[in-house]
Amino acid sequence: MLNRNTCPDFTPISPDELTGEEMTRPETTYFKDVWRNLKKRKTALASLFVLALLVVMVLAGPMMNEYNYYSNDYAAANQAPSALHWFGTDTLGRDLWTRVWVGGRVSLLIAILATVIPYAIGMLIGGISGYFGGKVDMFIMRLIDVLMGIPSLIYDILLIMVLGSGSIATLVIAFTITGWLGSARTTRGLVLQLKEREFVMASVTLGASPIRIILRHLLPNTLGIIVVGMTMTIPSVIFAEAFLSFIGLGITPPNPSWGQLIKEASEVFKQYPYRFIIPCIFVGLTMLCFNLLGDGLRDALDPRLRS
Amino acid sequence: MLRYVLKRVVIALLTVFVLATVTFFLSKLLPGDPFMNEKIPVSVQEKQRAYYGLDKPVIQQYFIYMGNLLRGDLGTSIKFVGRSVRDIIGEFFPVSAKLGLIALSFAEIIGLLFGILCAQYRNRWPDYVLMVFAILGIALPSMVVGPLIRYLFGVQLRWLPVGGWGKTWQQAIMPAFVLGLGTIAGNTRSMRACMLAVITQDYVKTARAKGMSPVRVVLKHELKNSLVPMLANLGPMIAGVLMGSFVVEQIFVIPGLGKHFVNAVSTLDYPLIMGLTIFYGAFLVVMNLLVDILYGWVDPRIRVK
Repeated sequence: MLNRNTCPDFTPISPDELTGEEMTRPETTYFKDVWRNLKKRKTALASLFVLALLVVMVLAGPMMNEYNYYSNDYAAANQAPSALHWFGTDTLGRDLWTRVWVGGRVSLLIAILATVIPYAIGMLIGGISGYFGGKVDMFIMRLIDVLMGIPSLIYDILLIMVLGSGSIATLVIAFTITGWLGSARTTRGLVLQLKEREFVMASVTLGASPIRIILRHLLPNTLGIIVVGMTMTIPSVIFAEAFLSFIGLGITPPNPSWGQLIKEASEVFKQYPYRFIIPCIFVGLTMLCFNLLGDGLRDALDPRLRS
Repeated sequence: MLRYVLKRVVIALLTVFVLATVTFFLSKLLPGDPFMNEKIPVSVQEKQRAYYGLDKPVIQQYFIYMGNLLRGDLGTSIKFVGRSVRDIIGEFFPVSAKLGLIALSFAEIIGLLFGILCAQYRNRWPDYVLMVFAILGIALPSMVVGPLIRYLFGVQLRWLPVGGWGKTWQQAIMPAFVLGLGTIAGNTRSMRACMLAVITQDYVKTARAKGMSPVRVVLKHELKNSLVPMLANLGPMIAGVLMGSFVVEQIFVIPGLGKHFVNAVSTLDYPLIMGLTIFYGAFLVVMNLLVDILYGWVDPRIRVK
């Protein structure tokens, strides 16, 4: 009888020495994978660069000349762009170069926070609603109906009372209260469609928990369409801030924001077109960059489009 | 199916009831008083308050209001003295609805068409041209586009009337365009994204492999399946557009319902706030019900359970 243990040519190795199962290459995570795919898209990289540049300018721009955003100088009112005032001045003689960049701080910060936070909440709630269906879905959807029905001006005024006006936090909360509703509805619609697919069934069969299925399988598959919705929310947030400042909830004068600069300038567009065009260019540029970045991210996140 | 619809109608009524309750108490939390006026003696102000029942405790006011609501009485406006809320909605809603329908129908058709073109010609010049248009359409809101095109077509070129409503059909062109611009741009973007998610699916490949004509593949397989995510926000969108827009009505001097949504809250016209909220809420709930029924029709994978 052959006994393997007594065979002289081979000696058994102890379990500590087993190295066959070890990873020989560095592990790639989901985000590394996305970044690698994003790097291939030249337009997405370029827009990332322009956005970074805008952030730098918004921080450093106001320091580049000797003016500030709030001092009136009636002797220099209504000037066109010149060597002294690079973007010209407004009716009160305030330097527009400074005002545009200071306004950009507020607008960019609100645009990003008031888009990402409501969307994160909306996606999670929409995912739960769509995946569980039945009573849970019915309850969440009717709750959204109720919240959509309440005039948003009522929330806004109540928020000023509670949190005080003029702070970015108040604005972000105001946009979050109404902002998650639409993204929850969209996500729910997508999840309803996705949850019948084979990969979800496979995951259920393997015993994955519902929360894991929602977070790891369903929501990443909705990102393509959700990212588009997010890029569309950014400008609407920038201008909604201008509307809210009109009723006293937004950033209070003399603090500028892009939305307010454009709104003020659209009333005197005939006389001073540059005042209108300059901030419009920056809002448009921000939009364009977020859109291209969104497209790049969509392609990077969605494996089906990676061909 | 009938049982499902009946159940949904009951839930819809419940939703509107909850909405009315929440809005009632929230509106009472708003600071201020609709009769606050230094020129009017305090005794008169108290009489006014008593006339509208605002001197009673809030909880009692709530039961009185709900009782009236069940009988179909929305009450009398405070700021439009002597006019019932139902009368105000009846006068201004048709204008907003007509304008909204014009804007929505052309915005939906053009938006979907642009979106399909973008997806079919992905990363080629028709895609780029339409995307730039869509980005501009979203980046510039009606607050900005409105005055600009009014100045261009109304004042400079004199092609279209500057504002107003009800005299000639040309008066509707500019406001409908401005109202629909965001929808066109948004639909183009969403439709492109939704369709791109569909065209890589296996059933599309199968359809093409069977030798189906490209037009049939687009219409029968791709379009129908990409419409599902688009449906999600159709209900709120229809309700929102038909209720009128504060900004567009201000710019083009249109006697619509949109401005009342803002003015009623800022003047604390409680009966009007409630009436408008309930009207809008009921509309929204009905639209969402229709959309949910449409879901199952468009995508058989989502069955109404």
